Amino acid sequence: MTEIALRAEGLYKVFGRQPMDAVARLREGTSRDELIGATAAVIDATFEVKRGEIFVVMGLSGSGKSTLIRMLNGLHPATDGTVTVGGEMITGVPSARLRDIRRERISMVFQHFALLPHRTVAENVAYPLELRGVAKGERMARAEEVLNLVGLEGWTDRLPAALSGGMQQRVGIARALAADTDILLMDEAFSALDPLIRREMQEQLLELQARLQKTIIFITHDLNEAMFLGDRIAVMRDGRIVQIGTPEDILTDPANDYVEQFVQDVDRARVLTAGNVMERPVLAVPESAGPRTALRAMRDGYSSAAYVIGRDRHLVGIVRDRDAMRLVQNGETSLTSVIRPVPQSVSVDAVLMDLFVPAIESPLPLAVVDDAGRLVGVIPRVTLLAALGPGAAATGELTLPPPPVPTTEIDLLLTASGSDAADAIARDEAPR
Amino acid sequence: MDGFRIPVGDWADTAIRWLKSNLDDVLDGVGFVLRWLVDTLADQLLAVPALLLIAILALLGWIARSWQFAIGATLALLLIVAMDQWEPAIQTLSLVLIAAAIALLIAIPIGILAARNATVSLIVRPVLDFMQTMPSFVYLIPTVLFFGIGFAPGVVSTIIFALPPGIRLTELGIRGVDPEKVEAGQAFGATPGQILRGIQLPLASPTIMAGVNQVIMLALSMAVVAGIAGANGAGKEVVAAISTLNIAQGVEAGLSIVVLAIYLDRVTSALGAPAAHSSSLRAALRRRRLAAA
Repeated sequence: MTEIALRAEGLYKVFGRQPMDAVARLREGTSRDELIGATAAVIDATFEVKRGEIFVVMGLSGSGKSTLIRMLNGLHPATDGTVTVGGEMITGVPSARLRDIRRERISMVFQHFALLPHRTVAENVAYPLELRGVAKGERMARAEEVLNLVGLEGWTDRLPAALSGGMQQRVGIARALAADTDILLMDEAFSALDPLIRREMQEQLLELQARLQKTIIFITHDLNEAMFLGDRIAVMRDGRIVQIGTPEDILTDPANDYVEQFVQDVDRARVLTAGNVMERPVLAVPESAGPRTALRAMRDGYSSAAYVIGRDRHLVGIVRDRDAMRLVQNGETSLTSVIRPVPQSVSVDAVLMDLFVPAIESPLPLAVVDDAGRLVGVIPRVTLLAALGPGAAATGELTLPPPPVPTTEIDLLLTASGSDAADAIARDEAPR
Repeated sequence: MDGFRIPVGDWADTAIRWLKSNLDDVLDGVGFVLRWLVDTLADQLLAVPALLLIAILALLGWIARSWQFAIGATLALLLIVAMDQWEPAIQTLSLVLIAAAIALLIAIPIGILAARNATVSLIVRPVLDFMQTMPSFVYLIPTVLFFGIGFAPGVVSTIIFALPPGIRLTELGIRGVDPEKVEAGQAFGATPGQILRGIQLPLASPTIMAGVNQVIMLALSMAVVAGIAGANGAGKEVVAAISTLNIAQGVEAGLSIVVLAIYLDRVTSALGAPAAHSSSLRAALRRRRLAAA
């Protein structure tokens, strides 16, 4: 088995007269708007989809994404370029061969569900198997199985019209799953659903995907959806793919102004993870260090506590300044007796959305640990706030406000410059 | 402009006569088959006792529509018997059913072709306009010439006149199927034939049934015209009543045509829209089956 499930190379789709002419002119650098008598829907699309990943194609309406997905299963024949599925060319093959490929390798989920209203839910799900010539008993049993998988047990004999939108789309997904193809094309599959149901469906899709490990190509105009679902995202504009990358790449390193403008509106709290925004843990002292070292570190970091790490940077606990001071006063040299358990720590993969409550409850910048329990970074609250704003600064260096002058110094200054009473009189007279 | 005239009529006359002399055997055969079909159907229907046939028709009405309609149909059909118009009415019914069936056998495949092929659609459309606007009596001239007096010219004229809505509504119905649903068929690897049978025809069936309804109604409206050509039935009674100015005969024959028309219209339109008739026997049986399941 190859690692690449689907490969598109130099795909063009031009509607209108003499499409090949238009392709040649586009290759020479003519812009899409300068073409006369032809409309270029997809221009030079090249990408690879890895087995088992969710590849999202994102773009506004008219960007060519729907045309692109239909070229991947031959519903729209490509004007130029090639599509290979699992090493097999599907562009330019006879229609009978193409039908075989659609039956065996690629299934599709549609925006408006495209269920057949005169068939029951189970018969709809069994439709791809019926086309493949599977015997009735077998295909209905399989349909029931898949319907259980998507949580629609008990609805098998109803007509689609009796189901809500979200349930109808689950039938659509079940139908695509029943076909048991490696590749699933999903064309704006959740766009027709209301936001709450959409969220639920996205989560269910990820759950299913974790179990079934299909290769999914998902089309959407909703960047939040793209960020939530996509392992990788291709951003399309005016028929061209302008950037391909992971959600974090797109968010933190947009390829051009267009993508940058686009990602301004994204819900960063649901996309960025602790790993994306964390800083180096400066307030961490080795377990073997004495209380003096710890106290010094806390003083330098303007903090009332510090993390204690063991061998391999394993997070052991925290130590408080008052405890450390007592140790120093008592002349002890080991921190062990005063180490307290870590109140809050989060995993590297946690999205920012899940960090707010721990960040509030944590007395120290939030500890970020990897799977092995090692301290890999910390997230101060300011960093968390800054990460939600747009721009590159979000994950870069921060300018912190200067620390306040210690209260003792201020008290000294105030007593030296006169009494509090005189100050109060001065304040009363000032407005006149 | 003196003496200048395009002899379109003469050309048509020549063409028709040429067809008659060259295709005489074929035309005779077609005429024979049509006459035989209508005669046999009428004889069979008349062989059934009128009351039993009325009961069967009423039951059909209940299955398709409602028990109220079934009662109304029974009363109206009994009126035909009471007026002693039963035999001509059944002859007309046979002619209409045969003509409509043949018209649909021709219309639906042409409609399907027109829906799938823009060129066919482009050619068919003006031909249909021509067929529908030509006064229906004109069809009788060549058909009587071809088939002689009787059922055959009536059936053929009726077919030609009733064809257009069948073709148009079939094309419209198939073109009106949600393209995403057709795409779904393609995406799962269905052949064009599987898409037609499994998706397009079932989803277009309400519109196609509206076409069937139209075809039957137009066929019935041709019944009187067919009477002029000598086809037996209520139409012939009307023609006879006109020529003798017999008001009583005319009203009775006319009324029986009206009853037939209403019955056929209500039953066929209900078949096309089952969801709209929840009190029909069909819907009641389906509900019971679903409740049991």
